[in-house]
Order: sequence, then C-alpha cells, then structure tokens
Amino acid sequence: MSWFLSLPLIIPFLTAIAAYLLRHSASGKWVSVAGSALGLVASIALMAIVLDKGVVAAQMGQWAAPFGITLVADLLSAVMVLITAITGFAVAIYAMGDVTEAQERLGYHGLFQVLLAGVTGAFLTGDLFNLYVWFEVMLIASFGLLVLMGGKEQLDGGVKYVALNLISTIFFLTGIGLLYGLTGTLNFADLALKVEEIENQGLLTVVAMMFMVAFGVKAAVFPLFFWLPAAYHTPSFSVSAIFAGLLTKVGVYALIRCFTLVFDHDIAFTHTILLWVACLTMVVGVLGAAAQSDFRKILSFHIISQIGYMILGLALMTPLAIVGAVFYLVHHIIVKANLFLIAGVAKRLTGGTEVYQIGGLYKYAPFLGVLFLVPAFSLAGFPPLSGFWAKYIIVKATLDIEMWFVAFIALAVGLMTIYSMTKIWAEAFWKNHPDGIEPRMEKLSNKWAQLLPIAGLAVLTVFIGMNPEPFVQFAERSAAQLLDPSDYITAVLGDAQ
Amino acid sequence: MEQLLSLLIGVLVAASVYLMLARNLLRFLFGLILLSNAANLTIFVAGRLTPGAPPLIPDGVDAPVSEVANALPQALVLTAIVIGFGLFAFALVLAFRAYQSLGTLHTDEMRVAEPKEQK
Amino acid sequence: MNSVILRAGARLLALLLVIFSIYMLLRGHNAPGGGFIGGLIAATGFVVFAIACGTEDARRALRFDPGSIAGAGLGIALLAGIIAAIFGDNFFTGQWLFINETEDDKGIPLSTVLVFDIGVYLVVLGAVLSITFALEESV
Repeated sequence: MSWFLSLPLIIPFLTAIAAYLLRHSASGKWVSVAGSALGLVASIALMAIVLDKGVVAAQMGQWAAPFGITLVADLLSAVMVLITAITGFAVAIYAMGDVTEAQERLGYHGLFQVLLAGVTGAFLTGDLFNLYVWFEVMLIASFGLLVLMGGKEQLDGGVKYVALNLISTIFFLTGIGLLYGLTGTLNFADLALKVEEIENQGLLTVVAMMFMVAFGVKAAVFPLFFWLPAAYHTPSFSVSAIFAGLLTKVGVYALIRCFTLVFDHDIAFTHTILLWVACLTMVVGVLGAAAQSDFRKILSFHIISQIGYMILGLALMTPLAIVGAVFYLVHHIIVKANLFLIAGVAKRLTGGTEVYQIGGLYKYAPFLGVLFLVPAFSLAGFPPLSGFWAKYIIVKATLDIEMWFVAFIALAVGLMTIYSMTKIWAEAFWKNHPDGIEPRMEKLSNKWAQLLPIAGLAVLTVFIGMNPEPFVQFAERSAAQLLDPSDYITAVLGDAQ
Repeated sequence: MEQLLSLLIGVLVAASVYLMLARNLLRFLFGLILLSNAANLTIFVAGRLTPGAPPLIPDGVDAPVSEVANALPQALVLTAIVIGFGLFAFALVLAFRAYQSLGTLHTDEMRVAEPKEQK
Repeated sequence: MNSVILRAGARLLALLLVIFSIYMLLRGHNAPGGGFIGGLIAATGFVVFAIACGTEDARRALRFDPGSIAGAGLGIALLAGIIAAIFGDNFFTGQWLFINETEDDKGIPLSTVLVFDIGVYLVVLGAVLSITFALEESV
C-alpha cells in the first residue's frame, strides 16, 4: 500500500539517474519519455486508490507520525500528482523535438526528471519541513534548466529568478522555525490539532503571514511576482512550458494546503488579505500582459492574472469557492503548459516570438491555429472549454456571498484576457509574415514529437469542457476534504489522536 | 542566552538587509547568505536552548537516561545548512557566469531579458 | 601555485584526506561523522590536488566524471530505500544484517542505513567537485 505513495517519487528519480548517466547517448530522451510514462501509470494507480479509499498516508522508514516523514495523498494531492505526470509526459515527448543535443549532453533530461520529482514530492509530503526540502529540489533543478547552455538573456533572467526565490526560501525557513517554536511539531495533521491550543494566536497570525509571503513569491502573486516575467520567457520552450504549468501552481497548492488545514484560526484577517492580493494579482497580471508584445511575455503575465483566480477561490473560503480553486488549478496547468508549447512551435516556424514581427501561421499551418484557439479560448473562459467552467464556478461563488465588486473584477479580467489572446491571434496567426516567410509545418525537424503533446493537451481541455460534471463532482469531494480535515488527520495520525 | 541569540539574529538581519539593498549582485548574495544564517539561528533558538547531553541513547536502553538536547531543530538546521550550501554555491557560480557574460554585476544594468522600451 | 613543495605535499594530503573521509563515513552511524561530512572531506582532498596540479590531473585521479559520481550516489541512496520492499516494509525502512552475532555481542552490524550514507558520500563528492572543477577551469 505505502509503496503506491512512494512510487511517483521513486520513478522520476530513477529515470533522472538513468537519463543523466546516458546523457551522451541518443537514448537519454527515450529513457526520459519511458520514465514519464511509468510515472503516469504510477500516479493513475495512486489516484485510483485515493478515489477508492479516501485519504491515504505512508510513514517513511516506519517512524510513526508525527515524528517521522509522512507522505499523504488526499484527493487534491492525488489530482495534482496526476496532472504533474500528464504534463511531464507531454513535455518529455515535446522535448524530443525541442531540446538541442548540447543541452542533452549537459543533463537536460536528468534535471527535468528531478524537477518532476520535486514537484510531485511537494504535493505528497505531509509535513512542512519536507515541503521545504521538496521546494529546494524543485528549485535547484529549475535553476539548472533555466541557465542550461545559457546565453546572456538566460543568465540575466536566471539571476533574478534565483535571487527572489532564495529570499522566499528564507522566509519559508524562518516561518518553519517560528511555527516549530510555537507548536513543537511540523506535521500538517499534527499542526492542525496543535494550533488550536496555542494561547498566543497573534503570533500565529504573524507566522501565517510569513508563510503567505514565502508561498506568495512561489505562486507569483501581487506584489511578489516580479521574478516571473523576468525569467519565464528566456529558457527553451519545453522548460518554460513545464515552469509555466507547474512551478507557480506548487505555490498555490502550498497556500491552499496551509490556509485550509493549519492557518484557519483567523480567517477574517488572513483571508481578507488574500482576497485583496487575489484581486490585485488578477488586474495587474492582465494589464501587464496587455502591455507586452512578446508571445511568451504575454503568456507569462497571464499566468499571474490566472493565479489571482485560484487565490480568489481560496480567499473566499466557501465550499463552492474552494471547488472553483481546485478546478481552476487543474484546468490551468493543462492550458498554460500547452500555450507555451505552441509558442515553441510558432517560434520554430516563424523565427521569432515578438508577435509584431511574425505572422502567417494561419495561412500555412491552419492546424496549429486550431490547436492554439483551444487553450487560448479556454484561458479566456469561452464555453464550452474547461476555462469557462473554472471561471463560472469562481464567479458564482463571489455572487453567492454578494461580493459584486470582486465578481466584476473577475469578469473584467476575463474580457481583458480575450484582448491579449486576440492580439496573438491577429498578429502571429492572421496577418502575413512581415518578412514574407512561409511558416510551413514541414520546417519542424521532429513534427510529431512537437504536435502530438499539444494536440493531446488540447483534447484534454475540450474533454473537460464538454464533460465537466465528473470533474466538478471530483472538485466538490476534494473541497469537502479540504474544509473538513478530520479524514486527513485520522489518515496520518491514526485513531489514537 | 535566548535574548543574546535573538539580538544576534536581529543584527544579522539588519546587516543582511543593508547588504541586499545594494545594487551590486555580489553584495546582494552576501546579504542573502547572512539572512539564511539568521534563519538557521531562528530555528535553533525556537527549538529551545537546553544545556543537555547529546541526544544519544546508550546500548540496552530505550530512552535517553539524562536530560538531552532537542535533536530535531539541530537536524532541521543541519538540513537547511546543507541545502543552503548547495543553493549558494550555485548562486555564486551563476553570478560569476553572469559577470563573465554580461560584463557587470550592477543590477540596474542587467536588463538583457527585460530591455527598456524603445520609444 | 606551481611550487614543488605544494605539488608533492598535495598528493600526500589528498591521500590522507580521502582515507580520513572514509573513516568519517564509517563511524557516522553512532558518532559524529557520516556521508555528508565524509564526502566534503574527500572533496577537499581532490580540490587541494586540483589547486596544486591542475584540474586535468585531478579529473584523471578521480577516474570518473564528477557528475556521474553524483548520479551514481543518488542511485545507491535510492536503492538503499527500495531494498525495504523485499522485506515488505515501507520505503526507507532500515534493514540490518549482523555478522558473527552472539548472545551478548551484536557482531558487525551492516545496514541499508550505511548504504544510504555511502550514496550521500558520493553525491556530495560529485556535486562539490563538479562545481569547483567547473569554476577552476573557467577562471
């Protein structure tokens, strides 16, 4: 039983080692694809178990919780692990057509798998300190990927990314120290019980704010997002796709986990701050995107604005809002990773990412145009795609508690998103290329490796959009678990608590 | 002792903030290292300072015999130091490479990835 | 740095440090020491060697690429955790083997914990050396 929780971690690590040792041979990328496929199978198995049995926990080394290292999977963790594996698999295939041999020799596939392991570990861990450790695993791998074979641009973006993320790490660490001093434990389940007994609730709120800042930097919320648009448009496209899909969402996941399970003592204070942060994040992100003209920079700013919706769901803290946040999280990872993958193909075909300097994609590669419209419309929230339901649930949650102004912002930001997507569509796809280049699909060296993952993720987006009922039901069950953590606590600590 | 260490943490944080506000990337990194040391000390102090023996259990006994120091914060700090060591080694190499390639460590001039608007 | 004394001394010092690092690695389970510290000490040995004789010689003395050493170490550490599956225990549960065990003496205890520590030793050695060699070569 417990091995089903460990396997999604063991597989990427073993794959990483194999891919790294084989980095000089051509088989490295196949190892990476095969390992990602195995990881996908393992995470499907985990998902099946969690759906069947509810929250499951495993104690590493058989040291009893709360003293040992615990891996826990509730529905939210399981779905995040699954979606990580899906995105990882798609990007691993895409990387076969995107990554250069020089990057492979420096260990691209190894680092990529370590990144997947770090993200998965962060979703599965049951205590705060190991969350920190997995964050670091993830960070060090992402640092490596960002500057691999880096030119000036990558180094410049990398410096800012590294510097701001290290600050957030230190905030996180200090928060851990103070929380341990207050409660004497770092296990999530144990914390959930112990924080209620603390006399000094004021100090607890201070610690909660430290975590909010630490995770806020990772999640790129206002006003802590500046590292993201500085770095995400610089690395190779497969790297920026996996970054855009997963890394910020780990921050959002950590926020959801901590602010539903541990820091729910003073919702009036902490979640009001989150509400303001969410609104400002949405607005600033979408305005930032409107000012950009680079394909990936536009998308980077849209990550920020979409993060706002998820945080909004958490901030409202009603059952429906949490449902929306979970649904949004899953939908967004698929859509955003896909858009970055498309940006990569567009660059290959047209020779640039500056939308005013490229064009002609619709005329010569209409299939790519269709593939772009699916995630782009989904991002903007057009029915019947996945983004529509995500936005619908969030907006409905705000209307239910009569927060008209917040609902207005959420809708207005959706409209602004359409503006940016239209800009990309009109300039890169609709208009002719200013230099007269004909961006034909034949230019891709490994056409199917690049197009299959894009098509697969697009099909997934359409499928969720056409068939939202089971997904919403799933999100409802997941939200119920988040709002009533007794199952989680029992699974980790046993009935003895 | 707690008060003394708390003061030390305060001094370290103040010094590191001063360093991090500098426009030189190297100074910023030094500030970051100081700050991470302050965080490590915070964990250490938060675990309560007890004058006890090392937390080792002698042969044939199930629990420590005398009062022992709390081992967990030490383990946490050790892990944090190790991870911090790796991250800063990477960050220093990165700063060095950036200096070689960009020719400056002045953060205002590092605008390759985000160039100024051309009017 | 090209002095005869340093070069002659560095070889000896590197040898001593590597031996000492193995001692630190093995005593680590019940006394201060362990894989991390051992790995650092061994890395120091090779760094001293690299400073005196150049990284090319140091790489040759190491025989394997430092990156691959780190990768192999990670693999060994993982294997130490996976072995527990054979005995039906959770991931990373320590498995023990006592050689020459008698009534009042446990004999020589061998464990997967030690295997894990050896993995850590190799990871640290490889990671530190790949960074320092890369830096030395680019200066």
